[in-house]
Amino acid sequence: MLDFLPENISSFGGEIDGVITYIWRIILAWLVATEAVLVYLLVRYRRREGRRAAWLPATTWRAKAWILVPAVFVTICDIGIEARSAPVWDEVKLELPEPDLLIRVTGRQFVWTFTYAGPDGELDTADDFEAITDLYVPRDRVVRFQLESADVLHSFWVPVLRLKQDAVPGRSIPGWFEATADGRYEIACAELCGASHTAMRGRLTVQPPEIFDAWSSTMAEQQSL
Amino acid sequence: MSHGEPESFVRKYIFSVDHKVIAKQYMITGLFMALLGGFLAYALRSQLAWPGDSIVGLGVIAPHAYNSVVTLHGTIMVFWVAMPILVAGFGNLLVPLMVGAEDMAFPRLNMLSYWVFFLSTIVIIASFFVPGGAAGGGWTAYPPLSGTVHASGVNWGMNLWILAVALEFVAFLIGGINIITTGINMRVPGMSMWDLPLFVWEELIASIVFLLAVGPLIAGAVMLLLDRSFGTGFYAPSAGGDPLLFQHLFWFFGHPEVYVLLLPALGIMGEVLCAFSRKTIFGYRTIVWSVISAGLLSFVVWAHHQFVSGLDPRLAFPFSVTTILISVPFAVHLFAFIATLYKASIRFTVAMAFTLAMIALFMIGGVTGVINGSAAADIFIHDTYFVVAHFHYTLVPIVFFATFSGIYFWYPKLFGRLMNEGLGWVHFAGTFFFFNLTFIPQFALGLMGHHRRIANPQIFEFLRDGQGLQVLSTIGVIGLLAAQVPFVYNFFASMVRGKPAGRNPWEATTLEWATASPPPHGNFDEPQTAYRGPYVYSPPGEGPDWIPQFEPPAEALEPDTAISETAS
Repeated sequence: MLDFLPENISSFGGEIDGVITYIWRIILAWLVATEAVLVYLLVRYRRREGRRAAWLPATTWRAKAWILVPAVFVTICDIGIEARSAPVWDEVKLELPEPDLLIRVTGRQFVWTFTYAGPDGELDTADDFEAITDLYVPRDRVVRFQLESADVLHSFWVPVLRLKQDAVPGRSIPGWFEATADGRYEIACAELCGASHTAMRGRLTVQPPEIFDAWSSTMAEQQSL
Repeated sequence: MSHGEPESFVRKYIFSVDHKVIAKQYMITGLFMALLGGFLAYALRSQLAWPGDSIVGLGVIAPHAYNSVVTLHGTIMVFWVAMPILVAGFGNLLVPLMVGAEDMAFPRLNMLSYWVFFLSTIVIIASFFVPGGAAGGGWTAYPPLSGTVHASGVNWGMNLWILAVALEFVAFLIGGINIITTGINMRVPGMSMWDLPLFVWEELIASIVFLLAVGPLIAGAVMLLLDRSFGTGFYAPSAGGDPLLFQHLFWFFGHPEVYVLLLPALGIMGEVLCAFSRKTIFGYRTIVWSVISAGLLSFVVWAHHQFVSGLDPRLAFPFSVTTILISVPFAVHLFAFIATLYKASIRFTVAMAFTLAMIALFMIGGVTGVINGSAAADIFIHDTYFVVAHFHYTLVPIVFFATFSGIYFWYPKLFGRLMNEGLGWVHFAGTFFFFNLTFIPQFALGLMGHHRRIANPQIFEFLRDGQGLQVLSTIGVIGLLAAQVPFVYNFFASMVRGKPAGRNPWEATTLEWATASPPPHGNFDEPQTAYRGPYVYSPPGEGPDWIPQFEPPAEALEPDTAISETAS
């Protein structure tokens, strides 16, 4: 089933896939074991002439142990899952690394706009430039984004980057990613945003850094004119 | 008997104060709304499988209409199907009977509750037909999309949606108070809280959770209505408001609400399970405590719906911990059900089949929830079809499998007859098979990254390979709807053609089986007493394999141990 996951081109995507795989194995083991017990009991204790059911109200701790001990194992698995998962969340959402590139991503019914900080590396200055729908980024570089919305809720969703973050009007939400493979990929909006929610599709183009730099300078020059 | 049997048709069948008539009204309204919700599911699935094609029975769905279809499918299934059938329908039918009361504590309030609910049903149906169409902001109605007319293009549709939901909550608040009062105060002599059938416990806790959770959402809905109609800015950042506020208010209610639906379903299953395994419940008090602790925990998990919503990322950890921990009491609960089957003598009836299938399928919904509960995994999984498949694997077993189980089981107490088992098995087999066919493909689609609430997945290159799965899922839902035909026929035909049931056709132990089928006005021919715990099936020794709660001890026959062991 996990083969359905799309290609991963994000530096932290492998970690997220790792968490999903880890949990998947644990829950699959539990599911198979529990369903097997269920089916076994159904077959084994189907009605038979002359066989009377047992009287097992489970009022003693010894009897209750049959359900409480498995529940303790569930708890242990839960703790294991949380221990495996929490550091990955922190890496992706909390510990933002020093950026090589700063972009503002703005969701607006029904288009994504990308504002580049330009040569000075700061947003809201004269050398900023914009790209609409198409996001160009350099490969193997840390991209920091500030996610904003101009109208309603949107969600910046890039499956190949394992990246999803809602855009909320009135907030500027920081995030980051580092793409590790050249190519053209898709961006979607994952939060219902109105009649053309479906069509709010963007493109991500990952390029070798030198090609990106060339593109970036051209854009900065053109838009400053 | 405090109130005599009413004479006129209107007082007897329409504006009735009899809890059993009100239960039928709730159930039949709920089942009718389920057909509507099912039709919407068929419409949206057809659009996803064959985008842009004309859908048989509806025509071409425009993108904004698709949003309305999705929104109303969710809204109707949760608020107009699950709530009226599970909480109000079964609650009304069974709580008074099981505690041996002649009616609910407040029969007139009970009638008011149904008619407020009926009004809300009219309002939500009317919202389809107003200019601008029905609400299209999702069943969660997040502002700003739901908060202004210009953002969604929906005007009166959204206002009516809020009005309908508010009316519905009024109805269930009244109903909930009634259920709590009845369950606690109107127990027959001899019936301690620890002698209550599990169903009553689960209804009580569900009603209490609902009462505690619903306030914030009503406040949230009122603010939303004010934002829309009077230009306030509770959720508008330009006016100093915050859209996230609504999400907190919504999910503070919304997650406990899931358990408000789950608990009555588990209660139904507990009764059916014991009756057809001929065995007392395994760990009665353990189950009750697990339900109470789950009810408490349910108030501190809500933000797991909001991991990537813009919430401070430091909050993900505590909510992720509570979310994953809530799996523990439910694991205990389900393990207790499974353990009940150990050394049982299982009778496979249609009611039992639906309960067993509910356990088997709900476990799939439960374990996949652990993936969503991990904040890191949720970055990818959130708002994808994986989540859609997950909550349908919890809610469909809850809302439909448990309901069907309950209807086949208590049909005698509704209409005095038994439903046809042959048709029931056809219904069961079709429902089980097509349900899985519908939702297993959606797990795969979700893992591909298929995000929710898009009207045409084909415009995304990364989803084109999934089109086969889309079609499979849609065939599933068409089959699932078709599988309900034998049920609808069986439900109505059995009212006149079903085999007369007698008082206790399943040889069950709780008090509703002490009276005639259907019970008369006032419920019991004579005042009842509870002599023992609710599930004395196959007590040690010889003799019959069930001793009802209401059967006076026959001096010689009654083993003292049986009383004390079930009671404790």
